[in-house]
Amino acid sequence: MSVTATTTAVASTARRKVLPGFGLTMGYTVLYLSLVVLLPLSALLFNSTGLSWAKFWDVATDARVLASYRVSLSTAAAAALADAFLGLLLAWVLVRYEFPGKRLFDALIDLPFALPTAVAGVSLTALYANKGWIGSWLEPLGLKVAFTPIGITLALMFIGIPFVVRTVQPVLEELDRDMEEASATLGAGRWRTFRKIVLPELFPPLLTGFSLAFARGIGEFGSVVFISGNMPMRTEIAPLLIMSKLEQFDYAGATAVALLLLLISFLMLLVINTLQRWVRKTSR
Amino acid sequence: MAGTVPLYAPQSRKSVSSPATQESAVVKWLLIAAAGLVLFWLIVLPLIVVLTESLKKGVDVYLAALTDPDARSALRLTLLVALITVPLNTIFGIAAAWAVTKFRFRGKGFLITLIDLPFAVSPVIGGLIFILVFGAHGWFGPWLSAHDIKIVFAIPGIILATLFVTFPFVARELIPLMEDQGTQEEEAAITLGAKGWQIFLRVTLPNIKWGLLYGIILCNARAMGEFGAVSVVSGHIRGETNTLPLHVEILYNEYQFSASFAVASLLLLLALVTMILKSWLSRKNAH
Repeated sequence: MSVTATTTAVASTARRKVLPGFGLTMGYTVLYLSLVVLLPLSALLFNSTGLSWAKFWDVATDARVLASYRVSLSTAAAAALADAFLGLLLAWVLVRYEFPGKRLFDALIDLPFALPTAVAGVSLTALYANKGWIGSWLEPLGLKVAFTPIGITLALMFIGIPFVVRTVQPVLEELDRDMEEASATLGAGRWRTFRKIVLPELFPPLLTGFSLAFARGIGEFGSVVFISGNMPMRTEIAPLLIMSKLEQFDYAGATAVALLLLLISFLMLLVINTLQRWVRKTSR
Repeated sequence: MAGTVPLYAPQSRKSVSSPATQESAVVKWLLIAAAGLVLFWLIVLPLIVVLTESLKKGVDVYLAALTDPDARSALRLTLLVALITVPLNTIFGIAAAWAVTKFRFRGKGFLITLIDLPFAVSPVIGGLIFILVFGAHGWFGPWLSAHDIKIVFAIPGIILATLFVTFPFVARELIPLMEDQGTQEEEAAITLGAKGWQIFLRVTLPNIKWGLLYGIILCNARAMGEFGAVSVVSGHIRGETNTLPLHVEILYNEYQFSASFAVASLLLLLALVTMILKSWLSRKNAH
């Protein structure tokens, strides 16, 4: 025990010197990262658009800007919540049951990752517009989906569902069945066992999947822009507002909205990193 | 973070289930049916719509939309952008993964967070930043216009924006994979007298090839399909700075729905090929 401990300690201190290429790969990594990501991103902070604090505050508290954040945040949250429930169902069925077509089922979950967002956007709009396959069914019921916040939510659900399934799936696969068996032996029904034993274990990955879907939803553009209808104050999302400010050559305004959006994204990144550490800890 | 889920995941073990930890057959098949319905409604239906809408006005309109000069030039530009950005980000991904996983240094976690950063940023912001740097009012705007160099609203801007949004794909696929493989094999190679490149090509590369391919495929799918970031910097000049996803939008906004969906079906094909390769690679990796 102590011998292996010392040898691994020796090996790991020697690691730095043994393998070649640290200077080259590290240098290239930092240079490329700076040129492609960090330098361009810093243009938001050190911009030449004449964005002052006063102007930033003006833009950030503008009614239309606030409305766009309300739309973005509420639809992303609703979509991520729906995805958490649906994703749990999909992951459960994929892990626990055998059925014909399972491999295709599993592969299809990834499709929203691979499908260009603009394609998803036009397709969902065609589906839910009042002449579309689903839209024409909902119209007589007085339910309008396309060009309303419901449509935005549906588009974000499409984009977000793989995040939940793919974070819950591995945890569910690793879950020890002994606890469930013990619970059954002690007389708990299947539903009670699920609620008391399985669900608490799945809560961290579910929350992570929710946050990933939520974070993606806040910034999403391509799939939403077609179905939203882009009505200011009602269905205009924050990324689109950046776009329309740019089209009016209001660079300072666009930068201000983008900075706020970036701030929210970074907060989400922090939350997600913390959650993922928690998942790793609890799943071991 | 957002954008992809790693190929490298804990090996799934077949769960031994006793009757006590199983639902009744009725519940089981009800759940499977419900899941199938959700999958069909949420994911399959939008795919079918692309195909039926694209063929609504017949095969002639479909083919005409794809052979249209503007569509062909959009396809060429999309391929060009992927051909430049994917290799660049692949080289970066390999270098970053080597530096991060084969050595110990301070701030490693921070570096990984920085590499993941583009996934946390809205694609629209990914386009905006290059306008702030290279646009007419940007940092280098006056200098660029004095030297008559166009970056934004031109092809270089599209390439830069795509580089940004696809930046982490290969690196984040390789880092957990190479972290898990450790350095022992490489260290053995070096004691046997191998040089740096030999070690990489003969020892490391064979070990990571499937994960690498997986990262490249995901990177490529995003590079060809990116919409938001490219839309900001493209300037939408037909036949010049239009990529396939932007062409879908232009046709759609002109109410040429069938043509728009025809071009979209090309991108759907890309997604389906990506999906098939992805699931093939996942299985390959599991064995």
